[in-house]
Amino acid sequence: MSNGAAVAHDAHAHHPALAHHFESLDAQKEASVLGMWLFLVTEILFFGGALTAYMIYRTWYPDAFAVASSEIAILPGAINTAVLILSSLTMALAVHAAQTGERGKILVFIAITMVLGAAFLGIKAYEYHEKYVEGHIPGLGLPFRFEEEYYRPAQIFFSIYFVLTGLHALHMIIGLGIMTWMLVLTRKGVITPEYYAPIEISGLYWHFVDIVWIFLFPLLYLIGRHVHHVG
Amino acid sequence: MSDNHNQHHIVPLSTYYTIFLALMVGTALTWWVATIDLGAMNNVIMLTIAVTKATLVVLFFMHVKYSSKLIWLAVGGSIFFLLILIVLTLNDYMARGWYTFG
Repeated sequence: MSNGAAVAHDAHAHHPALAHHFESLDAQKEASVLGMWLFLVTEILFFGGALTAYMIYRTWYPDAFAVASSEIAILPGAINTAVLILSSLTMALAVHAAQTGERGKILVFIAITMVLGAAFLGIKAYEYHEKYVEGHIPGLGLPFRFEEEYYRPAQIFFSIYFVLTGLHALHMIIGLGIMTWMLVLTRKGVITPEYYAPIEISGLYWHFVDIVWIFLFPLLYLIGRHVHHVG
Repeated sequence: MSDNHNQHHIVPLSTYYTIFLALMVGTALTWWVATIDLGAMNNVIMLTIAVTKATLVVLFFMHVKYSSKLIWLAVGGSIFFLLILIVLTLNDYMARGWYTFG
């Protein structure tokens, strides 16, 4: 019986990327996309929890949050926002190239996406160093310098700043790893117009990380800026 | 929103460029809004722009606009539970000190 099925199966030519438990490549891609989205659901709620902590402390210490947020230089954050949005565009273009089967373009666009991701992390590292120089890193036994009135709640703000941007940066680093993997898959010729789900769902992850930053930029850099014109 | 017949929908490049421009304009707008004093409206406007930008990314860059109802359900469900997480938690924190019953 099982032998007969195996023979019947072999007689049936199918796409090498089609796993046995899927009826078609379409069904397989739908399952991959749904699976990535279910992972992103957990990610949305994970970052949502951190953002809820931010919101609660901001309702407790609105003035301290406004003052502390105004201490952060906007320009590097704004440049990083633009860098990430541009990287989302190049990621979308990589998926497009995968759909049309232009392998060279997939490689180029993923490489550009990775360069932009690395640039983001470089600027982030520069910002972290600035925080160190300004004495805005809470804990770790480092000297924390802030006006007396907001000394303690400002540390809460910067703790949340480092947790949120740190988790985001960790996601970027993992994203760079995933993109390296996609470069390898593409070079091997695994990616075709019929089977490009790996590029598609890696793109979903990359865009999600972009969306997180779209919220972090106003919440961390711009909140309260209209009240306290510092820097 | 469509079921299986649209699995290989290829979004035209012009759509991607338009969305990219809209996202960049949104970023510039957020920065500009942050520098003028609109009182309580500042944060409302900035977050409205952020939600709009996120929606554009989800619908077009992440292809949800062209995806099946099952994907819409996953995305919609995550937003629903995110709102429960944020709204009900803040509701509790803001209202807890109001009254003492009994």
